[in-house]
Amino acid sequence: MKGPNQLHQCEDRWQTRMGAAMLPKRTIFRGKDLHQDLADWPWIKLYIYGITGRIFDEADLKILNAIWVFTSYPDPRIWNNRIAGFCGTARSPASLAVAAALSVSDAEIYGGQPLLNAIKFLESTVESISNGGSLSELITSELKQFRKIAGYGRPKASSDERIKPMLRFLRRLDYQHGPYMDMAFKIESLLLETRRRMRLNYAGLVAALCADIGLSAQESYLFVVPIFTAGFLPCYIDGVSHAEGTLFPLRCERINYLGPNQRSWD
Amino acid sequence: MSAEKISSKIWKEVPEADNPFAASVCYCSGFDVYGEVLPKAGWIEYLYLLLMGERPSIHQTRLLELLAIALANPGPRDLSVRAAMNGAVGGSNNASNLIAALAVGAGGFGGSRELVALMQIWSKCGQDIDLWSHYLANPPKEERRDDWMHLSHVPGFDPYGASRSKPVQQILDCLASVPTAANVKWLQRNVSNLETAVDMPLSMIAVVAAACIDLSLDYNQGEMLYLMLRLPGAAVHALEQKKMGWRKYPFFGDAVELLDYPHAD
Repeated sequence: MKGPNQLHQCEDRWQTRMGAAMLPKRTIFRGKDLHQDLADWPWIKLYIYGITGRIFDEADLKILNAIWVFTSYPDPRIWNNRIAGFCGTARSPASLAVAAALSVSDAEIYGGQPLLNAIKFLESTVESISNGGSLSELITSELKQFRKIAGYGRPKASSDERIKPMLRFLRRLDYQHGPYMDMAFKIESLLLETRRRMRLNYAGLVAALCADIGLSAQESYLFVVPIFTAGFLPCYIDGVSHAEGTLFPLRCERINYLGPNQRSWD
Repeated sequence: MSAEKISSKIWKEVPEADNPFAASVCYCSGFDVYGEVLPKAGWIEYLYLLLMGERPSIHQTRLLELLAIALANPGPRDLSVRAAMNGAVGGSNNASNLIAALAVGAGGFGGSRELVALMQIWSKCGQDIDLWSHYLANPPKEERRDDWMHLSHVPGFDPYGASRSKPVQQILDCLASVPTAANVKWLQRNVSNLETAVDMPLSMIAVVAAACIDLSLDYNQGEMLYLMLRLPGAAVHALEQKKMGWRKYPFFGDAVELLDYPHAD
């Protein structure tokens, strides 16, 4: 039995390099004085520094910022945004709207999980190719096993409206594609020749960009936690500004009952 | 070692002899939880003990149990349950789906905030119909929040109702059958007068508020109970929709009409 020795050692003792608030004098954030050294940092620079402990240059920060901007959709039809909208229509506080919408954004069909799967697939593919593997065989094997490729295809549309604008944005920055971006588009070219004809989706694009910027899979996953956030509050505000309870109300007939016939409890 | 402790009248722990971080015996308001409460008490009795610090009477147990059943599932059209399903169909984790239900169910439209507002009125008006008439016409505003969060309708009534729904009447009658449910019985006797005063039918929140008052809960306790007791429905509907998947779940694809945008498709 391991016993509680480790708990003993940590009782009233937490060792960290992340930082601390030394009230009322200063706050240290990963080795830097938050109010002295980081006062003019844009928020996204602070956020990615908090995750990685590394400082990213302006060009990379513009890309990371754009990654968030391009997918903040103020549309209450989208599953996480609708929760923020419901909070507005139900007259819950804004903080709950953001927290709840954010919490479900780590989903299987959007958000952090597709990104993590996409980045892991890209990383393993780049490694396999560098060891002499065949890309087409890797894709065939992946499709056979999982019937999909992480980073390709979409739930509600055949293509992704964020891809071309992001590529235009990158061109304006004179951004040179790195090995993961190159690989992402090579995979798309091969997939378009298959029956599935799946295109690169935003998770795949973001995975490639993050990897080329130098983020690990875990760092990328943490980076995208708030990725949809700017779209939440418009949905919330809209819910509040309309009459209460009026966001997509459903009448009783909209329940398609598939269960047992009526029966008595006795 | 720091002298800082968590002070509690609810919970006491005696450590295991070989591990100060593991409890050997847990007492809830003086009762041995795993030695006595677990084999001898019902879930509702323990819930009441946690809230109030004393064992409930037979009538208090029955009233709380009826309340729990009445609240257990608001149904898949309820906004809080829909929030949980919304998360589930996308494959979000179960904890986040319940978080979504709690967040939406905390509001002033059918949520816990509406219950709080009504319980606050009840604490002022008691069973005085004249006071009720006055307060229903002038519901208190929450000073802490901005104008958005003021209640949009008189708490305890359905702003979109055409008449008192059958489940509300059934819940009212059932809870009023508990001998000690004095406020629920008062509500049952005066429901028509109250509805006439506000020109809206009674909602379930009013029955819940009356029952919470009869259980001697303050409005914070009532709010917590309301939030917790509505979760089973959110949980099971989320689980069901998670299996069915997003393709079978309403997306409202054609329902959004974008105003004032010249390039809208």
